[in-house]
Amino acid sequence: MDNDFLNKLGIPRLIISLFLAFLVAAAFSFGLPMGQIFSAMLTRFGMNSLLVLAMIPTIQAGAGPNFGLPFGIICGLIGATLAIELDLRGFTAFFFAIGVSIPLGAIAGWLYGLLLNRVKGQEMTVGTYMGFSIVSVMCIFWLMAPYKSPEMVWPYGGDGLRVTVVLDGRMEQLLDRFLSFTVNGVTIPTGLLLATALCCVLLWIFMRTRTGLAMSVVGSNPRFAEASGLNVNKYRLLASVVSCAMGAAGIVIYSQSYGFIQLYQAPLYMALYSVSAILIGGASLQRATITQALIGTFLFNALLVIALPVANVAMDSDISEIMRVIISNGIILYALTRKEVGGDAR
Amino acid sequence: MTGAARLEMKNISKQYYGNRVLKGLSFSVNKGEVLSLVGENGAGKSTLMNILFGMPVIHSTGGFDGEIFLDGEKANIKSPEEAMKLGIGMVHQEFMLLPGFTITENIKLNREITKDSLLSKIFGKPMKWLDLPAMKADARQSMDTIGLGIDEMLPVRGLPVGHMQFVEIARELDKKNIRLLVLDEPTAVLTESDADKLLEAMKILTGKGISILFISHRLDEVMAASDKIVVLRDGEQIAETRPSETTIDRIAELMVGRKIESGEMVGRPPSELKDDYILEIRDLSVAMPGERVKGVNLDVKRGEILGIGGLAGQGKIGIANGIMGLFPSDGDVKKNGKTIKLNAARASLDNAMAFVSEDRRGTGLLLDDSIEFNIVATAIQVQGKFLTPGKVRILDSQAMTGLATNMIQELDIRCTGPGQLTRRLSGGNQQKVCIARAIILEPNLLFVSEPTRGIDIGAKKLILDHLVKLNRDNGLTIVMTSSELAELRSICDRIAIVYQGKLEGILLPTDSDRDFGLMMAGEYHKFHGKEAV
Repeated sequence: MDNDFLNKLGIPRLIISLFLAFLVAAAFSFGLPMGQIFSAMLTRFGMNSLLVLAMIPTIQAGAGPNFGLPFGIICGLIGATLAIELDLRGFTAFFFAIGVSIPLGAIAGWLYGLLLNRVKGQEMTVGTYMGFSIVSVMCIFWLMAPYKSPEMVWPYGGDGLRVTVVLDGRMEQLLDRFLSFTVNGVTIPTGLLLATALCCVLLWIFMRTRTGLAMSVVGSNPRFAEASGLNVNKYRLLASVVSCAMGAAGIVIYSQSYGFIQLYQAPLYMALYSVSAILIGGASLQRATITQALIGTFLFNALLVIALPVANVAMDSDISEIMRVIISNGIILYALTRKEVGGDAR
Repeated sequence: MTGAARLEMKNISKQYYGNRVLKGLSFSVNKGEVLSLVGENGAGKSTLMNILFGMPVIHSTGGFDGEIFLDGEKANIKSPEEAMKLGIGMVHQEFMLLPGFTITENIKLNREITKDSLLSKIFGKPMKWLDLPAMKADARQSMDTIGLGIDEMLPVRGLPVGHMQFVEIARELDKKNIRLLVLDEPTAVLTESDADKLLEAMKILTGKGISILFISHRLDEVMAASDKIVVLRDGEQIAETRPSETTIDRIAELMVGRKIESGEMVGRPPSELKDDYILEIRDLSVAMPGERVKGVNLDVKRGEILGIGGLAGQGKIGIANGIMGLFPSDGDVKKNGKTIKLNAARASLDNAMAFVSEDRRGTGLLLDDSIEFNIVATAIQVQGKFLTPGKVRILDSQAMTGLATNMIQELDIRCTGPGQLTRRLSGGNQQKVCIARAIILEPNLLFVSEPTRGIDIGAKKLILDHLVKLNRDNGLTIVMTSSELAELRSICDRIAIVYQGKLEGILLPTDSDRDFGLMMAGEYHKFHGKEAV
């Protein structure tokens, strides 16, 4: 029984959970403001979850975690900047940004999927460099694009977008504040959590439709899929489309909660954080579930949130960024080297 | 005959996990003699050669019993290197050549002739230079011996297969101490004229005092080339004879001969099956690597169990794979008079045909998914079953689990429950999952390939019985491909034999062992001079 439980949880998750518990205890004993810390944990969980959920379709379709997520993220950034350019505010701006992001992300995912189908077996390497390249290409776009809104262009010269665009008064924390309330000093970002739940339900339904099931058959065994009359490339392409569209919508949710749109180099490593989060959650490179994505997102972000203040007090220096790099890269390394199979997808 | 035999194998037995695959073989080859080993796939030829070569697979599974003598000396061969040192050479069925290297380099690989260089004086042997002229001369000599007249500096890539085979032989010949050469189906990939040349080369070799162990499925070659013939069947040495004392059909009979109790055979007499064809195959070619089909014509009668037999590599496996759209195929396949679109798995599935693949783990299963999902996966995609009603149709877990539970009971799948991953099941239970998946598609024509390969006796019987039950109770037409003739003869109504990618003929399970042996060796028509049934 104990062994069963341990197997299900997995040693890495056990270690990370214990480490997290240790940090929470330490934060408590240092007398840090726990209410703020827990609020931040919940917020970071909510703002990152859709980006992590976006990994599920490609993993399930056998293309591995979507290292090309920045491609989708950039489409989301275009949507968000367009909303500001058109001087939209509040939910209008938010839904406009989402509405533009998703189709753009889908197109990006389609192109990216065409590429993935040509490099089977090397999706992760190719995806990573694809993401890096597209981020660099888009740096030129942000400089050259004919945006006019004074909130976004460089104050001098009037050409090109700033590195960070402030969303104050546009859609800053729009979802976070929706129906939010405070218990024992912990602010619950109700709207954000509801949006996350909605995304989970939609993804859950999608993965159980005939199309979603076909996707996971393709990922599980392409030969089996062919023998069942399925077009393997088609479903891999579709997975890439869905994943990038989710990434595009995901960054809009992320930005509104963060309060800034980060352009230029910012999306560079976002895929890596999402990949490490879902792998921390117990997903393998072949199989991933929504639960794993959520657990992983929570552990990964909770750790980041609490590590900084604790480290500051305990060591008198800022090592949180170093911690984050060690954890995220270490987990990716761990996942790439292990051969065991993940849990059941459904 | 004076002195000891070149090779003497005494009372050789071998078990794999309690399964006896060789049962006390004893034979000997004299200097300059050719001994042929013949037998069906799985008769024990490869195991025997592995023992002779000291392959790790033998020693990692508990070794073998019996003794081997080389020129009267007891040989204790524990590794392929030792076998080579003792002067045993082997030419493999698959070429073991480096394509990017020249013929000379391949022949002299790891036995290069070297000369001193400046670096070798300092750093020792690994830094010596190759003495290419000497190597070329050596290679030339070996090649001339067997009459291979091409340039010794040509790269191996791009040579015709016949030449590659000769390069392999030249390589073995170049080993100066060679005493015994094993040729494992050397003519399988050769054209007839190349095969004739090879037989001539064998004569040259034996003239030099080299003894040869020759393995071939082509019985006419065996008759022409050998001094002695040893027939193996199911790991037993059935006969040792000489070409002058026997005939091809006698060997064929010995190879196949099994005592099948007539009670075990459930095939029905031809009169019970009407000439009403559910499937008509015309000129079917399938590009399945290693199992190429080259123009098969075959009719399947409604309600029968048709067996497809033949030796490995002759193309029997390719037929079902081609019709079900898994490998590129060409030709005309009609089901109930309606042409089936080829190269489209979906078209075949939509026409109420289903397939249990011989490649269980590669094609037949989703190893990291549950039993229940494996069973319903194809039905969901092809027929839209097991989905909830309504606009957005999602997986109906209840229906899936319910059906899987029934199937687990019906087929006696030993598992912890419908949610168990198929990876954790034994081979026999995995096969039952594959069959369950095919059955719930409700086909009226079922292709089953190698249904009992690698599974234990109990599961074997259950699977075969279930196939017969499906056929008799539900009127399901079954086309079963199998390497095990005994299995085909126990349940099929008719058995088609495939040889070199073509239909050699159709036999009844009650036909003689001799006829089956001849057909599988492609010799049937030479003896009977008549068209197949």
